[in-house]
Amino acid sequence: MAGRAVGKRKKLRIGWFTFTCCEGCATVFVELMNDHFKEWREQIDFRHCRILKSKNDMRGMDLAIVEGAIASKDDVDKLKTIRRNAKRVMIVGSCAINGMPAALRNNFDAKKMKEIQPILRKFGHLPKVEPVVKFIKVDSQVPGCPMSDKMFLAELGGYLAEFGVKSAPGE
Amino acid sequence: MHNTSDIHIEDLSKIEGHTNLDIGIKGDKVTSVKLRISENKRFYTQAIRGLTIDEIPSLVSRICGTCSISHMTCAIEALETALGVEPSEQTLVLRNLSMNGTILRDHAMHLYLFCLPDIIGTDSVLDFGPKDMRIVERGLAVKKAANNLATLVAGRAVHAIYPKLGGFTQAPEEAKANRLVKEMKYVRDNVFDALDLFLGSDYELECSARDVAMVNDDFNFVKGSIMTSDGQAIQDDEFQDHLHRVVLPYSQATGFEFQGKEYKVGALPRINLNEKSLHKDTRKDAAKHLKPFPSKNIYHNNLAQAIEMLHCIDNSIELLESSDFKDESPLMPKGKSGAGVGVIEAPRGTLYYELIVKDSRIHDGTLVIPTAQNQVNMERDIRKLVEEDLSRGTDRHTMEHDIEKLIRAYDPCMSCASHFLKVRWKQEQ
Ligand code: SF4
Repeated sequence: MAGRAVGKRKKLRIGWFTFTCCEGCATVFVELMNDHFKEWREQIDFRHCRILKSKNDMRGMDLAIVEGAIASKDDVDKLKTIRRNAKRVMIVGSCAINGMPAALRNNFDAKKMKEIQPILRKFGHLPKVEPVVKFIKVDSQVPGCPMSDKMFLAELGGYLAEFGVKSAPGE
Repeated sequence: MHNTSDIHIEDLSKIEGHTNLDIGIKGDKVTSVKLRISENKRFYTQAIRGLTIDEIPSLVSRICGTCSISHMTCAIEALETALGVEPSEQTLVLRNLSMNGTILRDHAMHLYLFCLPDIIGTDSVLDFGPKDMRIVERGLAVKKAANNLATLVAGRAVHAIYPKLGGFTQAPEEAKANRLVKEMKYVRDNVFDALDLFLGSDYELECSARDVAMVNDDFNFVKGSIMTSDGQAIQDDEFQDHLHRVVLPYSQATGFEFQGKEYKVGALPRINLNEKSLHKDTRKDAAKHLKPFPSKNIYHNNLAQAIEMLHCIDNSIELLESSDFKDESPLMPKGKSGAGVGVIEAPRGTLYYELIVKDSRIHDGTLVIPTAQNQVNMERDIRKLVEEDLSRGTDRHTMEHDIEKLIRAYDPCMSCASHFLKVRWKQEQ
């Protein structure tokens, strides 16, 4: 099976989750693969990553990485399930951290609100678009729009160390 | 018979954004296909109203991370048309280069990370053995060069910082431009892995919908006229007369028809209509890969993307080698009010922006997104594929995988279309 430890080496079990946003932070993550794909294949067990695979499973994650703001009731339920299944949760990008720019509608005037009301109702949107911390406890965050690639690497490195996954220097 | 119940696919993987698919089946016939884009709307059409013209490019960039430079460039073009700004020659070259970078990076992501597993026969690039991993690594080197190109010209590959209304705030440094030319020349050969693999693929589904794409004489993605495969030309400011919005009540996005009929946009229509304008080195070295075109086989969209990758490299090398960039300040708009249309070719097809400006603020705006234009046609092709599979007695699991492959061939972007996939098979008695 994909993602099982190679030999005896332990891997960091991660999931990547996207909520309401532009997926620009995921794009930065995919761009980081240009240089880090080889080492990540050895260090990381991608349990849940919709952009890379279709057989996803969120049980038993060490680290869940979350991008995007929370805009609907379904978002809230999914976010809480992710938290229950992950030892650590890291949020990335300003949408997840403070809601913007995904939360544009929070500042709409009455006229604009009236226009979008039928869609909000029909698809179960929340009255306001909310940051992730409103619903769950998070362990760390990577700011930026898109997220800072350097800070992301530093944070990820921290989790690899915390979970005892030795990075292989020089690889 | 095992094909007696409906299909429901949830949250399709290896595409941009979230979508679900519901398919109703009665006997051997498909009764309904509903591609329900489940991405939560972020209401950009409303959000842009009332904002100043300076705020628009960086805001619309946030519609979609992977093609952010396309949204930015198209909005800038619409504003410039509205306010009477004629961009300089250097600005046009920089726009071409930044779009080359965007298209090359986006196609590389789509082909090497999303589509390659379908060709190799695994679920994910993460499952590849050493030989196939080599192709991915070579592909990632191409993607990196593309990222470097966008970064050099636009400041960043995601949510660029240099492009502004009237020009770029910074010109590329010569030393960096020279280094990039070297890198482009070095990775060029890698693209032939993708070209050969997608040429060799035997997937086939004939799609008769007409092609719509920008046509010009150097296959750039920024300036040209919009043409159709039946020989019609559309003026920029008349696009609304031809493209009709189709409301899809089950989806968080809308679809489009061209004069009342479905049509397609993207790499396949571009190569079908404008093959002769590809860079001469691309035409020469990819001659055998160009043989199938013009093509009605929708899977050739991926081959067309690989050809465009080669073109983006060849064209960028030529532009970088022949340009002598100097510092320029962005031009100031002459007026404060007016209406303008921007039309460009984004990675997934023609993108239109119509912006109406009053006193340097957006009064109203219309955006027509590539994936929304392909949606009606995509649903029709899924129906055709499922009916072919049903008549062959294909098992449910294979059928679902076939559908996903077809949708990935289209390379939809749900972040843009609002955002992608669940299939729900619904059985009618
Ligand atoms: S923070 Fe910015 S780049 Fe990241 S998902 Fe949100 S809008 Fe996109």
